Amino acid sequence: MTDDGRELRRLSVGALARVEGEGAMRVRVRGTTVEEVGLDIYEPPRFFEALLRGRAFTEPPDITARICGICPVAYQTSSVQAIEDALGVTVTDDVRELRRLLYCGEWIQSHALHIYLLHAPDFLGAESALELARSAPEVVQRGLALKKVGNDVMAVVGGRAVHPVNVRVGGFYRAPSRSEVAALEGPLTRALEVAEETVRWVGGFTFPSFEHDHEYVALRHERDYPMERGRMVSDRGLDLGPHEFEDVVEERHVEHSNALHAVIRGREDGAYLTGPLARYSLNFDRLSPRARQAARDAGLGERCRNPFQSIVVRAVETLYAVEEALAIVRRYRPPASPGSEVVPRAGRGCGWSEAPRGLLYHRYSLAADGSILEAVITPPTSQNQRAIESDLARFVEARLDLDDQALTWQCEQAIRNYDPCISCATHFLTADVQRLP
Amino acid sequence: MKRPADASGPVARAAQRRRPRLAVWKFSSCDGCQLTLLDCEDELLALADRLEVAYFLEASRAVVEGPYDLSLVEGSITTPDELERIQEVRRQSRTVIAIGACATAGGIQSLRNVLDVDELARTVYAEPSYLDVLATATPIAEHVKVDFELRGCPITKEQLLEAIGAFLHGRRPAFGTVSVCQECKRRGTVCVMVSGGVPCLGPVTQAGCGALCPAYGRGCYGCFGPAESPNVASLMRWWQDELGVEPAATVRALRTFNAAAPAFADAAAAADESGRPGGEGA
Ligand code: SF4
Ligand code: SF4
Repeated sequence: MTDDGRELRRLSVGALARVEGEGAMRVRVRGTTVEEVGLDIYEPPRFFEALLRGRAFTEPPDITARICGICPVAYQTSSVQAIEDALGVTVTDDVRELRRLLYCGEWIQSHALHIYLLHAPDFLGAESALELARSAPEVVQRGLALKKVGNDVMAVVGGRAVHPVNVRVGGFYRAPSRSEVAALEGPLTRALEVAEETVRWVGGFTFPSFEHDHEYVALRHERDYPMERGRMVSDRGLDLGPHEFEDVVEERHVEHSNALHAVIRGREDGAYLTGPLARYSLNFDRLSPRARQAARDAGLGERCRNPFQSIVVRAVETLYAVEEALAIVRRYRPPASPGSEVVPRAGRGCGWSEAPRGLLYHRYSLAADGSILEAVITPPTSQNQRAIESDLARFVEARLDLDDQALTWQCEQAIRNYDPCISCATHFLTADVQRLP
Repeated sequence: MKRPADASGPVARAAQRRRPRLAVWKFSSCDGCQLTLLDCEDELLALADRLEVAYFLEASRAVVEGPYDLSLVEGSITTPDELERIQEVRRQSRTVIAIGACATAGGIQSLRNVLDVDELARTVYAEPSYLDVLATATPIAEHVKVDFELRGCPITKEQLLEAIGAFLHGRRPAFGTVSVCQECKRRGTVCVMVSGGVPCLGPVTQAGCGALCPAYGRGCYGCFGPAESPNVASLMRWWQDELGVEPAATVRALRTFNAAAPAFADAAAAADESGRPGGEGA
């Protein structure tokens, strides 16, 4: 009880499990009011943007990949595209398709990891997938098999699944041979069924009723479901190219969390969401017919505003990525050249792509010899953090009747909805070292 | 360490209770090395039968109190809090295996060791004063006794499984200390340096990856760290004289994911008195 006689409750999770990286959650409730909600990032900063200064323009695909072992291809793709922009380099369609194939591999492995190993246990009341495996080994095995197909794609195109070695500014070091790529056809064909089964499975989970109303932001392309290209659009009228990103998005220093939050300028609150829910809701018409059908069968509309259903959206995107990878594999012929010639010059370039967790923006300024003068990286989790915290506050307010243990687990689950990648966010988030009991 | 019995029944259940406890710890890192454990898709469930996964936050919210029989430690030590936490991990663990370049040689974040960390913080953060970081990023073995080290950024599945298997059988993991060059020969890859004039760290880098980069037509960038007693200085001279590589570029090549490994750090420092990765003015 507090001075004014109202009950004070504090919930905290000292170290969030089943997220990438190190974060903590803290909620303070007074009576029936949620006073404070924080997603604290205490993952130590590694200063990537500063370390990139003075490095050669050829190095960001290898260096920035190390920001996150779960989505290295996103970093590689956004960085090479930003540098190609600075150097006026264009890549051939063949090279772009090979990039898309590599990216499909990352989406498949990252989504399968999140669906089966990180998120599904919440819906089934298990502490982990390993616990789940005791009662339903075939389910976990199915998830691992799906994940493996994604890793296989990455290994063929990129050389390995974590921190691929084959990506360079301008394209690739070596284009894989026809037979190397053709070897993926069998596993991908089998993965189609598994991915479809996954959508059905997660579609059958029970979802807490909860809707948010944040602005959705994602890339959109005239033909493709967005991955490595497109313009940034939103459901409140944004439509821009990478050079306008920093005019529209502002990184704001927020007092309570000592963190920088990305917000859209000129909006009352400015919180927005990027990632699977936004991508799906803004690009449903760009999915394949099979993925659209699977989504409908699983009970999803053309838009989805319930973050708990993000697991279904991830499953739909996985099915799409498997189909897309298979299509690219089937028509693959090694390109005449694995990449464009690249000559250093002074310049400034911006690039982005859709990481599994959402929009990932890079900007580089280069000196005449190609060395890096400045680097700016805005990862998805930093863009989503404000929205995650505001959702958490509303979510808790509606569930104050739960006991602390149940409420804490549900809050953790609510955070895992966004699959926050704290390793990514931390290279720029200020760590809040305060840890409440 | 005795293997748990495979048979069922009361004996097996007792053996189950005696399953060695595995903990996976994260320090400053990208999570890629611990992900490699989850990437053992074909072996993961069998491993979970052999070992009790007692602490592995990336995979489970269940936390079993220590002590632990086997601790896998990812990441380097970069904050005062980590300085304390690694001591606690060591106290709680019978065997400690450091996994990956961050844990064994500082990782990419150890580039700060030759730079001014306050200046780095000011570049990235609005309020650098809130940060509580050390001036250096250092390998685990600089702080506690490490029983075994797995190299690589990231480690490989094969080496991880070999190390865990060896632990379960109470023997030392069997890894060679030859260089990447030997793996190229075994694989039949034509030398990218001799035939293509591509600068390659293969001659001074420890084997383990299967000579991946040369197989993709690029030079090795040293992600497995230095091989045993490598002659780094002579390779760097060769790069400069035969391949026309700028001195500043040789320094950069040595200062990447294993920047704090002495063999690389010393050669880089010798080549770059000014201590800046790109040389003066970079
Ligand atoms: S060694 Fe490389 S892959 Fe492993 S955690 Fe460090 S940065 Fe990631
Ligand atoms: S060839 Fe060198 S850089 Fe490439 S994966 Fe092997 S050790 Fe790492």
